[in-house]
Amino acid sequence: MSLSSIFICLIGLGAFSFFFGSARIRKLSVNSDLKLHSRSVYHGSFLLICTTFVPLILLIIWTGVSPLIIDALLEAFLRARLPEADTGTLGVMIAKVKAFHVGSINAAFVDDTIRAAETYYASLLSQFAFGRAIAVIMLALVGFGFGFRPLAVRFAARHAVERVSGYVMLVASAIAIFTTIGIVLSLIFETMRFFSSVPVSEFLFGLHWSPQIAIREDQVGGAGAFGAIPLFAGTLMITFIAMLVAVPIGLMSAVYLSEYAEPRLRAIAKPGIEVLAGIPTVVYGFFAALVVAPMLRDGGADIGLTLSSESALAAGLVMGIMIIPFISSLSDDVINAVPQTLRDGAAALGATQSETIRQVVLPAALPGIVSAILLAISRAIGETMIVVMAAGVAANLTANPFESVTTVTVQIVMLLVGDQEFDSAKTLAAFALGLVLFFITLGLNVLALYVVNKYREQYD
Amino acid sequence: MTDISTTCQDDTEQAARRAARLKKRYRAERRFRFYGQAAIGMAGLILVFLLGSIIFSSLPAFTHHHVTLDIEISTDQIDDEDLAASNWLGMVRAGLRTHFPYVTKRSEKRTLYKFLSLGAVDNVRDYVMANPQAIGKTLPLSLPLSDDIDLVLKGLIDRNLPPDERVVSDAELDWLDRLVSENRVSEKFAVQLFTNGDSREPEIAGLKGALYGSLLTLLVTLIVSFPLGVLAAIYLQEIAPKNRLTQLIEVNINNLAAVPSIVYGLLGLAVFINFFHLPRSAPLVGGLVLALMTLPRIIIPTRAAFASIPPSIREAALGVGASRLQVIMHHVLPLALPGILTGTIIGLAQAAGETAPLLMIGMMAFIVDTPTEITSKATVLPAQIYMWANNPERAFQARTSAGIVVLLSMLLLVNGAAIYLRKRFEKRW
Repeated sequence: MSLSSIFICLIGLGAFSFFFGSARIRKLSVNSDLKLHSRSVYHGSFLLICTTFVPLILLIIWTGVSPLIIDALLEAFLRARLPEADTGTLGVMIAKVKAFHVGSINAAFVDDTIRAAETYYASLLSQFAFGRAIAVIMLALVGFGFGFRPLAVRFAARHAVERVSGYVMLVASAIAIFTTIGIVLSLIFETMRFFSSVPVSEFLFGLHWSPQIAIREDQVGGAGAFGAIPLFAGTLMITFIAMLVAVPIGLMSAVYLSEYAEPRLRAIAKPGIEVLAGIPTVVYGFFAALVVAPMLRDGGADIGLTLSSESALAAGLVMGIMIIPFISSLSDDVINAVPQTLRDGAAALGATQSETIRQVVLPAALPGIVSAILLAISRAIGETMIVVMAAGVAANLTANPFESVTTVTVQIVMLLVGDQEFDSAKTLAAFALGLVLFFITLGLNVLALYVVNKYREQYD
Repeated sequence: MTDISTTCQDDTEQAARRAARLKKRYRAERRFRFYGQAAIGMAGLILVFLLGSIIFSSLPAFTHHHVTLDIEISTDQIDDEDLAASNWLGMVRAGLRTHFPYVTKRSEKRTLYKFLSLGAVDNVRDYVMANPQAIGKTLPLSLPLSDDIDLVLKGLIDRNLPPDERVVSDAELDWLDRLVSENRVSEKFAVQLFTNGDSREPEIAGLKGALYGSLLTLLVTLIVSFPLGVLAAIYLQEIAPKNRLTQLIEVNINNLAAVPSIVYGLLGLAVFINFFHLPRSAPLVGGLVLALMTLPRIIIPTRAAFASIPPSIREAALGVGASRLQVIMHHVLPLALPGILTGTIIGLAQAAGETAPLLMIGMMAFIVDTPTEITSKATVLPAQIYMWANNPERAFQARTSAGIVVLLSMLLLVNGAAIYLRKRFEKRW
């Protein structure tokens, strides 16, 4: 049985046990003189939890662990056939067996060992799937029986259900912590492995980035260079261009919408700008690569500038467009939070509206605006699709926005997309870059929070 | 009491200076106002230009030119045992040859065969399989032209270019003009865009596989993130004691919402694929990664929805003897539901447009089949758009834009539903 059919089966069993449990207790209470301790819903829910809770956990664990066991068994099988093969060769063979199993390798290209292993693999898969279905359904039935026994008129089903729900909620909110721990641990673990082959100083301060690993041992320049400075510089340049676009437009439109615009314009313009925020980044990437970049290149050629077709300018401009709604909505909030009394006071002193805004409202909103800009920078640094599609791949250390530069996120994608073995320095480098990215964005977010908390004036 | 006469010594010079200063200040006011209008106008123009250019360039992909050719379904080409395995290609080519009898050279014939799309063969097969009585007859069938010829007809390939600079040869243009003058060419809606899977041939490539992949992935995301997100929000907002642990969780959730999506992709790659050996390119893994990413984006609006319910409701329920869970399940949750659903829909819409984390876990493979199971290989709509955008063939550019139009209209629909839900059911206390 496939994963989804077991899941649906389990949902069906759960629904059945719920209705069965509540119907059963209603019948019992009709025939009894005692008053029900809990309403029938709780008895139903109690039976539902007994029936589905343990099997669901087993299903999750089994699905997570069984590929590990199957792969280990498959490796043992192949090792028995080929005692002299090293781990790398076995890994390639395992990948081949799986590819043959799903049919992406033609039968003509595989030898007998692979074929035998594939038969073994297929039998393992079906055995495990069968075992999983049996185990889950058996457990569900046992749970049903276990939960059915205590059902009685005076049984405190509500207390039991509420206790379990409390734990489930606690676990659900702890997932957020597990995710963070998972991110940090997985990034740090792989980064440590990367730094065992490439020194930290070379990575952080090296000026040369070319992660190509030699296919042959003696290939020239095959060692790969992992100096990430050109990537950081490229990221900064594109982010800077993006901010040059987004900050003036976003901030001025927020000011205009909250201070000048009549309600009708506000009702149209505000959602209009929010639409920009809802557009997926891959769309911006397409726009940057196929509309903006050619336009800039042709326009540049007309006035005698040579622009690379993957110029930092195109990626930066479009990224700026993506950031506009971010800055404008956050600034709009902080500008609206400035109390009206400040504006009235300035007006009473004879200031014009723009003087009020520039000398009273904006300074009062400044901490919020600064934090909005910091968050926008963090967003721009982590943005991937626009730069993958519109910025370059080659690492150029340049300050010329008309040339092509590459960024941290582009390199992460380039290093990991496509099939390659997982343990090479090339793929591990992606995790080191990811770690840098994670800490930079985290730092910017914390800084943004700090700025707001430290400098915000409490007017109320 | 000040002596008024001394303050009133306005001479004309001072008045003029004051007037000039006022004028300057009013000019600054107008300038500032203009900057604001310019910023809004700019944002509006950008939006219109962005959407306009994509919609405009997508238009060619929604139609395709077909040519009506007389195809002989000759009995000696039909495989009696397995009808689908008959020599359909041979019949289509024979039809082309009979229509252009003067094409005799081998190389010219080869060009002639490329005049029609590869999908033409499928068309003939599907037609005959559906109408077996056609066997042995010669029928006028409407067959799709190849993508380059289609682009010529749509005016996207300039036929006035010198022959060595355009992909279509003079001979092909001659044949095309003949067919057009015989009134055999017609433009039809490109159904393939929605009924086919991916393909290397732009005119056959469709979005069906990607749409199914997106659907399965989002289903996993919804199943995982909605219950977890709502439960976590209930716990943090309604039940949790205000201590260090819950504070830590809160800070964590806010930070997770700001982690770049690509980092979630790295997490998925390291944990789900390399540690747990879950299958690459599978909606299961994609859905889990997106679920982790969406979780904080569901928790935050859900908590806001709970926070907006006035405490009097909880107190009233407690007052008549409800337990804490009953207060939540019977009173607070139903009242907060519109806000929760709106937040979930918007979070899922964001996940639906997300590409970068899915590239990390291999959900951009070239997959022709429609995925049926959450562990089978699949791709999603944004990844399909990314792959098509990388395709150098000219006709794929329109296909990509069409894919974007489909994606955007779906997101528009979903977000519209969320806004409607909020407007319709939201209560202001």
